[in-house]
Amino acid sequence: MIRLEPRPEPWRVASWLSPIAAAAVTMAIGFVVFTLLGKNPLDAFHAFFVRPVDSAYGVAELLLKASPLMLIATGLAIGYRANVWNIGAEGQLLVGAVAGGGLALAFHAADSPLLVPAMIVAGALGGMAWAAIPAFLRTRFNANEILVSLMLVYVAGYLLSWLVHGPWRDPEGFNFPQSKLFHDAALLPNLVEGTRVNAGLLVALATVAAGYVFVRRSLSGFQMRVAGLAPAAAAYAGISSKRTIWIGMLAGGACAGVAGVQEAAGPVGQLLPTLSPGYGFAAIIVAFVGRLHPVGIVFASLLLSLLYLGGESAQLNLGLPSAVTGLFQGTLLFCLLAADVFIHYRVRRVMRLPQGA
Amino acid sequence: MSADPSPRLALRGITKVYPSVVANDAVSLHVLPGEIHAVLGENGAGKSTLMKIVYGVVKPDAGTIEWEGSTVEIGNPARARRLGIGMVFQHFSLFETLTVADNIALALDASRAGADLAARIREVSSRYGLPLEPGRHVHTMSVGERQRVEIVRCLLQNPRLLIMDEPTSVLTPQAVESLFETLETLSGEGVSILYISHKLDEIRALCHRATVLRAGRVTGECDPRQETSASLARMMIGGDLPHPKPREARIGAVRLAIDRLSMPADDPFGTRLHEVSLEVHDGEIVGIAGVSGNGQKELLAALSGERLVPDARAIRIDDAPIGGEDAAARRTRGLAFVPEERLGRGAVPDMTLAENALLTAHRQGMVARGFVRDGVVRDFAAATIGEFDVKAGGPDSVARSLSGGNLQKYIVGREIRQHPRVLIVSQPTWGVDVGAAARIRQALVDLAERGVAVLVVSEELDELFEICDRLAVIAQGRLSHAKPVSETDPGEIGQLMAGSFVAEGARSERHFSPAGALGLDP
Repeated sequence: MIRLEPRPEPWRVASWLSPIAAAAVTMAIGFVVFTLLGKNPLDAFHAFFVRPVDSAYGVAELLLKASPLMLIATGLAIGYRANVWNIGAEGQLLVGAVAGGGLALAFHAADSPLLVPAMIVAGALGGMAWAAIPAFLRTRFNANEILVSLMLVYVAGYLLSWLVHGPWRDPEGFNFPQSKLFHDAALLPNLVEGTRVNAGLLVALATVAAGYVFVRRSLSGFQMRVAGLAPAAAAYAGISSKRTIWIGMLAGGACAGVAGVQEAAGPVGQLLPTLSPGYGFAAIIVAFVGRLHPVGIVFASLLLSLLYLGGESAQLNLGLPSAVTGLFQGTLLFCLLAADVFIHYRVRRVMRLPQGA
Repeated sequence: MSADPSPRLALRGITKVYPSVVANDAVSLHVLPGEIHAVLGENGAGKSTLMKIVYGVVKPDAGTIEWEGSTVEIGNPARARRLGIGMVFQHFSLFETLTVADNIALALDASRAGADLAARIREVSSRYGLPLEPGRHVHTMSVGERQRVEIVRCLLQNPRLLIMDEPTSVLTPQAVESLFETLETLSGEGVSILYISHKLDEIRALCHRATVLRAGRVTGECDPRQETSASLARMMIGGDLPHPKPREARIGAVRLAIDRLSMPADDPFGTRLHEVSLEVHDGEIVGIAGVSGNGQKELLAALSGERLVPDARAIRIDDAPIGGEDAAARRTRGLAFVPEERLGRGAVPDMTLAENALLTAHRQGMVARGFVRDGVVRDFAAATIGEFDVKAGGPDSVARSLSGGNLQKYIVGREIRQHPRVLIVSQPTWGVDVGAAARIRQALVDLAERGVAVLVVSEELDELFEICDRLAVIAQGRLSHAKPVSETDPGEIGQLMAGSFVAEGARSERHFSPAGALGLDP
């Protein structure tokens, strides 16, 4: 018989080995799947992992997609460490984009260098406002923040949709549901000529660093961790659970809102109903694959970004159906999380005691 | 003792190894029919593991068990019960919403739990002096009464060996006496009893033989009636029992005042507090005795600020009303608190000792402009470890890796080193070995000598009489008048613990009222 036993202490080696083991298992499963589909597995792996990043443009795309993921995941991780479950980052992202994008549209003619910073601040405030709703309902009425924040995603989607179908629709846009294109002064500056990677990446990296400092070095960050690890100890030490919830929700909301502005003022350049390809939800995966740790989150966001690009590349180059790319991505994430079991548990073969005892 | 008559139970070379500790190392022991056999040892000595092996909960890695002369393998508790082994656990396993008879029926085989169960419960309970009403709901019963349910449940299965795991830790002195009478009756009928305890006086009064364990090994076997408490303690801890040095109490002004504090229970089976009043002066140690579950938990939560009090003036420090302040604000006023649960409440299990210092001691210059000063935190943790003789690797040891007693020393040390003006301690030495307990008591006495007001809530009467200046008793959510220790004795305190000071009218409120429990009645 095989049994999982809790380890007295986490196995440190495993926390490094587990991503490697997970990648190996994913490769093995992928090998079988691609072979069964009649594709050469090596071609498939090449399409997934190499082709997307075999050019400077590809690397820039990788960073472009990774930056909102790491930004949002950093904010969410602050809450998740404290058991504050903000699942609605996608909605906070959209409201942030509406707030920042609204500013861009309102000052469409302005040519001020302050416009982009002001949009980022507006985006953060918009995301925080959206996150404040579940925070208020949780602290005031003990309403479950998972459900409230998730439901508000759909409300936010309809809010954006209404705006671009109605008041903010581009009069010269052939009736497409989209806003006017932002003016140049309202777009994030590019970092590398000829690519789409923009200053949003710097904002994201700065946020990751700030998140690390907050969680590891500040008293508030410490208290958030206590609230997550041992709620009774937090109450005993007088750590306010309401404050914890507010900080956790607002951190996630602010980061998601900024990510929304980065999309609108970056690769998209206007407000659209399909502004985000689900970054707010993918960031939840990034946060957990990165084990809520800033360095882990940076790597996890690059990995997920690569999976996005690899999926597109596999569809284009091999004609693989998008369901297969989704399956492959899911396999990798599943293996990553499953491998983590071995950090805290060991596998024991349970042997029967000798008879006669 | 000779090998004749043949032993009922004989353990030979029992060994059990856990990943980090050898719980039992070649333990041998035999119990005769009708013998009350003590298994004596400090916490962590391996007593509980040994008993779990006998009861079939844990499998030994090596060694043999002989039952009435033949070698047996006890694979699970059901097998143990079929052999005739019963066990009364330290923590009861009763369903509070069911009646006594229902609880007992659940534990018996279908064939034994017949329609006449209630009659048989009455018969057994009267034969052994364990008064029980089969139709009563468990949640209305005191801890002592609940223990009777557990014992009767075992006795209905006609055991020939009864294992009692620290049965007296939750009982009043009077209840302990009646339990002993029951056990002696059983022994007279030929039932063997394995009696686990670390209370030396009890073992000397009750038991015929004792096996002493230390760090998983047998360190002695004796007739406890021929030994002194000191000689038993030497076998148990391998040294002499330290005692706190006497101190001269210099009582100052009132520091902490509890003034007619009343609060509804916060859960249906909690206890509501009725007009609790008490004053603690500077330089004084006041003790609150009582059987657990009589309002200690609720009173401590109200004092610590984990639960806010509607009437802010019901709790005052230096005459400032603090009932409405949260735990952090009260700490800023100089209140420190040691809760009874160490892991998960007093300390975060997965954090290091340094981080656990930051948990409550961050007001000691550990934070500058919102950021943690690591050096100060580590120095504080290291000094606490050194000063309180905590056996730990250092400030980076994870709290979970410490033994209960060492973690308790660390938590007590952490609170004391914050220079509180009021210290509230719950169960300061619960589950702590004898040496560490003495160290903790000494620290409390020293603190009072420096003029701090100390309030100790404990179930250990010996401890309270040893260190307190005044003693009060909590029963059914009411607090007795605090008396100087010199003017009372354990007998009187035991009477009070049983609720003798609670008026008859109040007593009826103890019976469960859903409205009252939910705080709906005025």
